[in-house]
Amino acid sequence: MSRRRFSLSTLCFWLGIVFLYAPMLVLIVYSFNSSRLVTVWAGWSTKWYGELFRDEQLMTAVWRSFQVAFYAATAAVLIGLLASVVMVRYTRFKGRTLFSGMITAPLVMPDVVIGLSMLLLFVAAAQTIGWPPHRGLLTVWIAHTTFCIAYSTVVISSRLREMDQSLEEAALDLGAPPLTAFFKVTLPIIAPSILSAWLLSFTLSLDDVVIASFVTGPGATTLPIEVFSSVKLGVTPKVNALATIIIGIVSMVALGSWFVSRRMDERHKASLRMAAGA
Amino acid sequence: MAISAGARRQQNEMEHQQRGSETLLSIEGISKYFDDALAVDNVSLDIRKGEIFALLGASGSGKSTLLRMMAGFEVPTEGRIILDGEDITWQPPYQRQINMMFQSYALFPHMTVEQNVAFGLRQDKLARDVIAERVQRMLKLVHMEKYARRKPHQLSGGQRQRVALARSLAKQPKLLLLDEPMGALDKKLRTEMQLEVVDILENVGVTCVMVTHDQEEAMTMADRIAIMDEGYIQQVGSPVDVYESPVNRMVAEFIGSVNLFEGEIIADEGDHMRLHCADLEREIYIGHGVSSSAEDLAMLYALRPEKTWLSLQQPEGDTNWSSGIVHDIAYLGGHSVYHVRLPSGKIVQCFLANTERRAERPTWDDEVYIHWSDDSGVVIRP
Repeated sequence: MSRRRFSLSTLCFWLGIVFLYAPMLVLIVYSFNSSRLVTVWAGWSTKWYGELFRDEQLMTAVWRSFQVAFYAATAAVLIGLLASVVMVRYTRFKGRTLFSGMITAPLVMPDVVIGLSMLLLFVAAAQTIGWPPHRGLLTVWIAHTTFCIAYSTVVISSRLREMDQSLEEAALDLGAPPLTAFFKVTLPIIAPSILSAWLLSFTLSLDDVVIASFVTGPGATTLPIEVFSSVKLGVTPKVNALATIIIGIVSMVALGSWFVSRRMDERHKASLRMAAGA
Repeated sequence: MAISAGARRQQNEMEHQQRGSETLLSIEGISKYFDDALAVDNVSLDIRKGEIFALLGASGSGKSTLLRMMAGFEVPTEGRIILDGEDITWQPPYQRQINMMFQSYALFPHMTVEQNVAFGLRQDKLARDVIAERVQRMLKLVHMEKYARRKPHQLSGGQRQRVALARSLAKQPKLLLLDEPMGALDKKLRTEMQLEVVDILENVGVTCVMVTHDQEEAMTMADRIAIMDEGYIQQVGSPVDVYESPVNRMVAEFIGSVNLFEGEIIADEGDHMRLHCADLEREIYIGHGVSSSAEDLAMLYALRPEKTWLSLQQPEGDTNWSSGIVHDIAYLGGHSVYHVRLPSGKIVQCFLANTERRAERPTWDDEVYIHWSDDSGVVIRP
């Protein structure tokens, strides 16, 4: 009885769920549509998945996007790590406040502004020093790295700031030179934040359409640009199929990481109980 | 526990005499400025081989900075640090034969107990079997052999401390530094671990400098104590020295509780002296003389609450007592603390040992007398 009773909070909960997931659900359902028109339902079919894998242009764009995202995330994490160490560990140097303010500026800067300024920079650089020779994957990679640095620095530096500094001191105290201490103690401890900074940068780069469309060149169309421009010509259900696959991969990764962290948490709790009992 | 500490101290004293109190670490005129703030002010200290030395002070007294300079995490602005004849003032921490146990223990969370203890030995590039053997020995020393494969988060506070101690002893340092060693433990465990740590340190025979703000801890564990205040060392001495013969008001007030009376010398003979004190009805008679400069007659008389007696009858004699009214009583089980208000309005503390279970004792607003003997208190220059 009481379970069936109407309650405002249950209603809000379901409204929220619908608001968040209904669009994706519609997309998934329509990816199995046999009709050529995206908005007209004509029965179940998986033919668009086949079409998708046969569409070389789209598949190249996917592969290209993954490459750019991979390199941009890696570069951003490396630079972000260095910036974090400088910001958190070397507390006294000239212009520190300016530096930490500047490095996070792209967080609040509109994408259009970043894209435009990167484009101007590349054009000016090509004219004066002849590099980069033309705009393409390289310039997209550089542009993505630039704005991903801001995000990865924020993620890594907050973890580094939380970390007990006496851990590093203990390593030094036990005879490890600074570099050894960093690699053997600091790095393993902040590793989770490095991983999440990498994943965040990867997603941001994969997602970006505005900045990429400013700095890209011929033969360097990334997936979001490809999808975006195909919309103008009329979306084929292929795109729905692609989106469904991406949703599937993302949910699997999210579920997997949730599962792993829960398992680790349980093991942690069990061992704590053991320690308390012993 | 007091017995074991006392016996140990006597034994150490004897060893010191045999070894002629060799100095292991000399601190020569060390000062440290942070920007413009003076943290450590011209400190000189000698740490003897084999002793446990405590730096005792409130937070901000500079004791931690001094310890960090010994470890090499801070470089002194002035002065030198000499370890066993070698000037280590500018040596980085990873080259010093000094190891430290951190207040937070700073155990590496991603390594097992074993790996934590082995970390320092690995840096020395020792052979695998030498390291394994040494790690086993260290874990045995602190009774943690069973937990070798555990991660730090799977250990209790006391167990973590044992591991931290084993790790800092594994490299057989010339000097061991303990930063607030019991700071992260609850009170009951603290008393237990204090004695155990002392036993372990003695077993190994390592020289040790510890920093603490807990005077009980310093007095239980240390052979000698340095009292620090505002970056400056006020007094160095055995626990008995600093408690029974404080050199100044700060030390007297910092260690234990004390009643201080401001007075003036009215007679100073070779074998006794008399003080007149405005707060007391009677004069203070002291069973020894003080070689005072004639022009400076103002003195402080420091009287510990446990060295006074409380009675309902007027004491005999005409010195060293005062009447008063019981203002407040704190019953602490083992003893009670009486706050007695003197006719002058000054509140004086007096301990009364509860030797009988439900004996008649003075109660609130009773008229009482506090009294003390010729050698109960100490005369301090203000």
